[in-house]
Order: sequence, then structure tokens, then C-alpha cells
Amino acid sequence: MSNGQNERREMTGAEMVVQALKDNGVLHLFGYPGGAVLPIYDELFQQEDIQHILVRHEQGAGHAAEGYARSTGKPGVMLVTSGPGATNAVTALQDALMDSIPLVCLTGQVPTALIGSDAFQECDTVGITRPCTKHNWLVKDVNELAAIIHEAFHVATTGRPGPVVVDIPKDVQFAKGIYTPPQTAPRTSYQPKVQGDLEKIKAAVALLANAKKPIIYSGGGVINSGPEASQLLRELVELSGFPITSTLMGLGAYPASGKNWLGMLGMHGTYEANMAMHDCDVMLCLGARFDDRITGRINAFSPNSKKIHVDIDPSSINKNVRADIGILGDVGHVLEDMVRLWRATAKTDKKTLHPWWEQIARWRARDSLAYRMNDDVIMPQYAIQRLFEATKGKDTYITTEVGQHQMWAAQHFHFDQPNRWMTSGGLGTMGYGLPAALGVQIAHPDALVIDIAGDASVQMTIQEMSCAVQYEAPIKIFILNNQYMGMVRQWQQLLHGNRLSHSYTEAMPDFVLLAQAYGAHGIRCEKPGDLDAAIKEMIDVKKPVIFDCRVAALANCFPMIPSGKAHNEMLLPDEATDEAVANAIDAKGRELV
Amino acid sequence: MNAQLQPTGSAYFIAKETELPETHTLSVLVDNEPGVLARVIGLFSGRGYNIESLTVSETEHEKHLSRITIVTRGTPHVLEQIKHQLERIVPVHGVVDLTVRARELGQDRPLERELALVKVAGKGDNRVEALRLADAFRASVIDANTEHFIFEITGKGSKVDQFIAIMKPLGLVEICRTGVAAMNRGPQGM
Repeated sequence: MSNGQNERREMTGAEMVVQALKDNGVLHLFGYPGGAVLPIYDELFQQEDIQHILVRHEQGAGHAAEGYARSTGKPGVMLVTSGPGATNAVTALQDALMDSIPLVCLTGQVPTALIGSDAFQECDTVGITRPCTKHNWLVKDVNELAAIIHEAFHVATTGRPGPVVVDIPKDVQFAKGIYTPPQTAPRTSYQPKVQGDLEKIKAAVALLANAKKPIIYSGGGVINSGPEASQLLRELVELSGFPITSTLMGLGAYPASGKNWLGMLGMHGTYEANMAMHDCDVMLCLGARFDDRITGRINAFSPNSKKIHVDIDPSSINKNVRADIGILGDVGHVLEDMVRLWRATAKTDKKTLHPWWEQIARWRARDSLAYRMNDDVIMPQYAIQRLFEATKGKDTYITTEVGQHQMWAAQHFHFDQPNRWMTSGGLGTMGYGLPAALGVQIAHPDALVIDIAGDASVQMTIQEMSCAVQYEAPIKIFILNNQYMGMVRQWQQLLHGNRLSHSYTEAMPDFVLLAQAYGAHGIRCEKPGDLDAAIKEMIDVKKPVIFDCRVAALANCFPMIPSGKAHNEMLLPDEATDEAVANAIDAKGRELV
Repeated sequence: MNAQLQPTGSAYFIAKETELPETHTLSVLVDNEPGVLARVIGLFSGRGYNIESLTVSETEHEKHLSRITIVTRGTPHVLEQIKHQLERIVPVHGVVDLTVRARELGQDRPLERELALVKVAGKGDNRVEALRLADAFRASVIDANTEHFIFEITGKGSKVDQFIAIMKPLGLVEICRTGVAAMNRGPQGM
């Protein structure tokens, strides 16, 4: 990566930053300049290897870098100034931490001598970002700068990926020192274990081979592990004939068109996925973490199953749910061993699974994603279905904001490949999708990149439309506009007597005019009959688009596991009358958190 | 099914804790670099774990390694989480739950010692009594004039507690305790 003349060359800190980025293979950098990073910006100005994308807010830089990372498998990189630049990045850092996204954030800092003096645009960046990064560094000596940036890339991208921050005081950027190229020897305290314990993997395969009612529950870890892991997962499913479900973060690792696919599980997962989780006898959890949106009531979670948990993070195993076999390692490596052992030892007779598949077919027949069509008003589920149909055969990437539209997208848009679905799962960050789409589009300039958005979420980072127009990134912002914070409204209906406290947006911008104001293309669609033509127009326009899709205002997202309930106590759409929804609460329940 | 017949309470599911909490002593070996202690204690406060005692000092100067001894309280499940969460911190080399290790070695608990400096001021009988009791506790006098003593006492936390309690009516002025230093018995290292 580094050429010989750069080895141990003297340069300024700012030069080192740019050189270190190049040596770590960085091609795109999302950022926003300011006083404490001007020396680095000056260096960026004088080179052409790295393209800098100027966002409109540092949070946007972070989510764009996340989208970039999630869609490429490479680290996303952002550069922001001190003080407010760093604090604005915090939301994106925590988002990346919870969803295990490799993100390298470089922050400027006031000169070393002024640290602690409440200088202009000073904040305790390493203190503020300590709990929302995998690791962070304050660089006090220019001679350590290069090594720290290399280590930052190593930490961000290996083990369980995550965000890192390197805080660089302005005097360090000006100071001259010796540049060291990337080293292969990592620090001794940080050595993530990738290879699983073979004895445990053997025991797991033996347990799986004798299962009568098995299920595979895969998560974002399979996608983080790389395309080989998704390929191996498909092989394992094919070999074993097991049903498979996935978390929100894991969609696409196994194709939604695959015959063993049960759909997403969890709070808004399918009936068949959740019932199969509840009734299974052996569960294989691959790179997922038994999040509370997945398990439902924890003491009623899959009560009769043996659980095998594969995770690269030892703290994930046995955190929420006890694993009978916990395998610490990279899910790709473990899958490789599992597939090999399965081929060598396990039975190939899938007949024993027939009763289980018949049971699953009965659950599937409940058609838990059904909704009532309407000829006059666009149903949000219908809009996603039409969008999915229109994008078939295209090189499509989907991002989302957070809320009902996100769950409908997960339910009704189907992914056959990994790295095609970018969403804020752990933190649930409204405003994630638009800048994430921008990041995806920068990485894949010719692809069709769509942010399935809600009217409330999208306004949190709408300013990045300006960035999309500047870089001619033809992102499509497909807003399911119901004028409500739909998921908040749904919870208010469920939990708070339908008192819709501040969840209705009385003054909504005209999204078509807004698009035009930014120099983008605006489309509005209000009738189901017009939808297909409008979507075609959106796809055909070669510039950024805001699509204002006016949908039924009061639609609720079902099926749903109401809180405090188990997987087998789902609220299904045909049972969820207004009365049933209103009665799904009592005074005692309201007293809980 | 029948979900609509039963109450639902919240966006979160909270299960009752059935395990009983225990007190354990952890040894954490870390790179002695800026912020490392903040990472460790930030983990405890951020995730709602308890710290009952914390001791830290560089133990291997040439390698810049510090050993942190933490006495914490939680259910066995939480204690296991604490260990794994500590291991995730990049500059952490290793974590040993000394209490668990002691049990594995067939021992009641690890060796734990604490040092305290105890200042007692007084005259007459109280002064004589304080000195006599200090002798019984093998506490040594490290500073004195005609009106006060400073005792140095080393031992288990319970012994130090007891000594302080006894000194209270005899003119106790101030106390400084180091927190627990601990290791397992036997030839093996952590």
C-alpha cells in the first residue's frame, strides 16, 4: 500500500493524516471543515487521491460514512472540527457502535496547550465519545499520529466492527514528525478471536443433526463477516434443509426468495418466524445478539429449545439469553467449519423435518403481513410492494429512517443479497436514511439508491439533499407521508388511550417544492392508480428525487408482539381491531417503564 | 394468541431478577495509558454495575502495565457480563474473577488485603486505650505527638472495619483506606 519513499519520511501532522488515509485505502471522506481542522483541509486541497464529500451537518457525515461502510464492507471515514463538530458526530458514532459499523472519525481539537482552558470550540472529545466508540485516542505527539491512525483503522475493522475517534489538536497538525507506514503487529491487548472452538462446533453440529424442529436465526454479524459468510450460510441452509429467519440487521444474508426463508423475526416479524422460534427444539443463532425487539418477554422466549450462539463478541453470549453452546469466533470462520463437518458427518435425510415444515406452512397460511387494500388511498404496505416490483432486476440499495415505514420496508421489500439494506437497528436513529443513502450512492455511483423514509424522520437530516445535489448523487427519497410520527402514534394508541400527544405534524413542508428548492426533482402521488407511473418517473430521473407518497394516515404496523408478550402471543392484523388495540393496556401496565 | 385480552405495559420487557447478588473481586491488567481508568469506571457507571472498592497502580513499569483490583457486587450472570465487557476494552490485557478462580482452586476466597491510615486524637485514658488496642490489632504508629496518633493497619477489610469502629469513641479524626489489593493463593499468576 505505501510506497517506499513514504516510509519514515518527515512531514507535518496534517500531511500524515492524508498519507495515513491513503495508506489505509481510503478513497472517500465525509466531512465538514472548521478552525481546528484547517491544516488537514489544506492538505486535502492539494491532492486528488481522496475525494472529500462536503456534508451540511456532521451527523450527516457520520450516517453517510455508515451507509458507505455498510454497502461496501470497507470502513467509512469522516473528518470534523472540534467542539460542535465532534458533538454533532456523537449520534452517528453511537449508531455505528450499536449496529457494529466500522467508522473512523477524525476530529480536530484546540491546540494542546489550550486543552482544559475552555478555549473557543473546545470540548472533551475523547471524554464525550468514550462510551460511544469502540476505542478513541487523543494524539499529543506528532510522532505517534501515524501509528495511531493505522491502529484506529485496525480496531474499527477487526473483531466486532465499530466506530473509533482520533482527536488531533491543531498544533499536532502543524508539527513535523516522522511518518510510520501501517504496521502488521497489532497491540498485544487487542487480539479478537476469529476461529471457533472446534469441539464446540462439533457438538453444535451433532445437536443440529438430531433436531426435529430446528431454526436458524441469523443477524448483522453474518453481513459484517463478509460475502463469504452469507455464501456459507446459504450452503448450510441448503445442506440441512432448515428454516431460517433473520433480524432486521441481517436481511439479505439469506435470500428472501429462498425456499427456506421465513421472513424477519421479532416485534414486527412474521407469525411463522416468531412461532417457529418459540416452538423450535434447536436454535442456531449466527451473529445476532438476542436484542429485546427480537426476544419479546425474555422468560417466555423459546422455552423448549437448545440454543447455539455464535458471536465474535464474548459479552454478547449469555447476555440476554443463556446459550447451551456458546461459540466465540467470526461467524464466517465458524460457518466454514460447520459446513465442512455437516458434509462429513451429518445425515442428508431431510424427511424427519417434514412435520416441522408442515407446521410452519400452517403458520404461514395465517398470512401475517396481510393488509386491507384501498382503491382511494395508498396503503403504505402497497407502496413498498410496488416499489419493490419496480426495482426488480436493478442494482438496488435501500436505506431507511426509523419508524413504521422502516418496519414495512423490512416486511415488504425483499433482499436477495447482503449489503443492500442499510437501516438504523440498535439506536433507532431518525434521520439516518437520507445521509446513509448519500454515502451508498457515493460508493456505488451507478446504482439505484432509495431511502424509504417517513415524513417526520426525513426532516431531521433533510439538509443533506443539498449535498446530494452538489455531488450529483441521484438518491431517491421515497417518503411514506402520513403526517404523523406513525410509530409514536401507534404506541400512543396501544399504551396511552389514543391520546396523540404531539405526534401529528400540523405544518408539513411541501416536499415537491422543497425538492425543487434544493435543485432536486419532486414528485407527489396520492392515488394507488398513479403509483406505478410515479415510481417509474422517480427511477428514470437522473437526479436526486424527493417522492412525497401520501399514504393512509392511521395505518398501524402489524403483526406485532405487544410488550411483555411472548413470541406465540402476537397481535395479528386481522385480530387488531381498534377495540382490541385500545384494550391492550391497563392501568397497571402503564405504570411500567 | 389472545394478546388483546391481556394488558401490555411498555415498549420494554422487564423480567424479574431471580438470582442472588454476590460480592466478587476482579483483577484487570491494562496498558497504563491516558484514559484507561476512565474507560473502566465509565463501563461500570454506564452499564449500571456497582463498584465497592477500586485500587489501581502501575505494577510493571517497563511494560507500562497497571493492575486494577475491583470489588463489585452483582448476580452471577451480571458478574460474567462485567468480566466480558471489561475484556472488550482495547487496552485491557486480561480479566480474572479472583473469587471464581479461588472456588476453582478449592479455596474459600482470594487473598485480600487493605491498608488504612487512621488518625486518632485524644488525651488521658482514651489515648492509652487507643494505643493498647492498636497493639492488639498489630497496627503501627507512624506519626504521633502528645495529642494524636496516626495508625497504619493492614489486613482484611473486615479487620480494618473493626479497628475503625473501635477507634470511633476514642477520638477518631480521619481515615484513609487504599481499597482492596488481592490475588489468588498458589503458584499460578493471573
